[in-house]
Amino acid sequence: MPASVMSTSTQGDGRPPAAVSATGLRKSYGDKTVLDGIDLHIPTGSVFALLGPNGAGKTTAVKILSTLITADAGQARVAGHDLTTQAQAVRAAIGVTGQFSAVDGLITGEENMLLMADLHHLPTHEGRRIAAELLDRFDLTEAAKKPASTYSGGMKRRLDIAMTLVGGPRVIFLDEPTTGLDPRSRHTMWQIIRELVTGGVTVFLTTQYLEEADQLADRIAVLHDGRIAAEGTAEELKRLVPGGHVRLRFTDPAAYRTAATALREATGDDDALALHLPSDGSQRELRSLLDWLDAAGIEADELTLHTPDLDDVFFALTEAAR
Amino acid sequence: MSTPPAPARPARFSLAVRDSSTMLRRNLLHARRYPSMTLQLLLTPVMLLLLFVYIFGDTMSAGMGSVEGRSAYLAYLVPGILMLTIGGTTIGTAVSVAMDMTEGIIARFRTMAIHRPSVLVGHVVGSVLQCVLSVVLVGAVAVAIGFRSTDATALEWLAAFGLLALVSLSLTWIAVGMGLVSPNAEAASNNAMPLMVLPLLSSAFVPVDAMPGWFRPIAEYQPFTPAIETLRGLLLGTGIGHNGWLAVAWCVGLAVLGYFWSTSKFDAGPK
Repeated sequence: MPASVMSTSTQGDGRPPAAVSATGLRKSYGDKTVLDGIDLHIPTGSVFALLGPNGAGKTTAVKILSTLITADAGQARVAGHDLTTQAQAVRAAIGVTGQFSAVDGLITGEENMLLMADLHHLPTHEGRRIAAELLDRFDLTEAAKKPASTYSGGMKRRLDIAMTLVGGPRVIFLDEPTTGLDPRSRHTMWQIIRELVTGGVTVFLTTQYLEEADQLADRIAVLHDGRIAAEGTAEELKRLVPGGHVRLRFTDPAAYRTAATALREATGDDDALALHLPSDGSQRELRSLLDWLDAAGIEADELTLHTPDLDDVFFALTEAAR
Repeated sequence: MSTPPAPARPARFSLAVRDSSTMLRRNLLHARRYPSMTLQLLLTPVMLLLLFVYIFGDTMSAGMGSVEGRSAYLAYLVPGILMLTIGGTTIGTAVSVAMDMTEGIIARFRTMAIHRPSVLVGHVVGSVLQCVLSVVLVGAVAVAIGFRSTDATALEWLAAFGLLALVSLSLTWIAVGMGLVSPNAEAASNNAMPLMVLPLLSSAFVPVDAMPGWFRPIAEYQPFTPAIETLRGLLLGTGIGHNGWLAVAWCVGLAVLGYFWSTSKFDAGPK
């Protein structure tokens, strides 16, 4: 029934067609519940980050959505195909780079690429061209003739992603793509992921780094204890926690007490001799605050500006759930 | 990168053949790059051959009532040694399958729209080719130290090769299953040990008649003895009798069993 395929890939509420949609995904191993009812809706052409600490169930979610394992309950569609009844069609549309290197270490980088080209049934010349192109794009041409087992962590990860791209996947799953990479390789990987999206593919990535989700993702879901604790854009999530503030620290208790009396809206931390003033962090607001402090004759020994970041969101959400 | 044009969906069978041959190429690359294990497994049959001919040969042939001595025993021994070569090579198969399954690339294969059993078929065909190569190498050593087929016709030679290939195929499928249920290389090597031990308990070294009575049925009806007796018959003109059918039945049975065991283990998903 093609009609039903259309109606489920385009949601009735006018949202753009989903590259990945899931309702009520559950998975448990023995009596340990890993995923406890996950709903997802990832628009085509966007980057989605599943954020969570180790053991939150991120990898399990990726394994289910990439057809590696089956869910105990729930439905999901990937690239318009049902995960259980059309698994092979899902596989034809996705690319997966797992947490652990999915390259064949015994053969060379180039042979790995040609293996992928053969498995995607590309004509020989086409396969060679694409392999060479991708090796070049990921800066692996020089190492192409060396066994993949001799590659560094960053090189292996780049080869891994290059292999994932051989078949031109429409949805790419990246399970902790930067875990274990040095800062430089990490930034290279971010650049690669950003470039992927400009080509129109959908990226589903998992990460335990809040900064990474903030940098890359259009939408972020925080996974905690097998449930999605919150979901939205980075900005939306940041709005969930108390706003930013200016922190004034004093070394002289007398000065601290004077300032605390003068600044009624500030909350104080008597032990640290510090005052917190709500602030949105804008230049205008800071200037008026400083002017006002000058006028009142208050001179703090240290002024720090704190804007809410995903760390705050993350800790707020996971604390609340505890 | 330009998205490659979607290839027309090939028929299921041609997809299976194509993916299997891709996987075979991968396994042959592995074997060619890292031949040490294959060579190491070749040492055992060659050593046993030399040991039993040059050290034990006179006693063995005397014990079997032969007057021609060592050369007669060499002729008796070679068919069994060739079967033992296959058993040893398939231990290597079990080990390489177990090692391969721990590789991340297997998970990648599972997420790709390929013919699933091709991963295993690649291993099997690669292993059968290695078995044949090993048999040829060990056979060459046997010929070098004086083994000659007495009266085999071209057809019998062909049948002998066919039998060796069939035994290779069936034992390989069993070895693949053993590799799949083994968590690591050591376990695979242990689990597959019967493939090397069974030929020792067959008519490879001494006739079944020369064994203790309680043991004879075991030796006579295990898969290696009929296969060895059939090969002996083809190469040396001894009587084959019911052994030919028994050998073929064992091979087909083990191959089918191994195939279904292996593919269902592989389909059951990642360990």
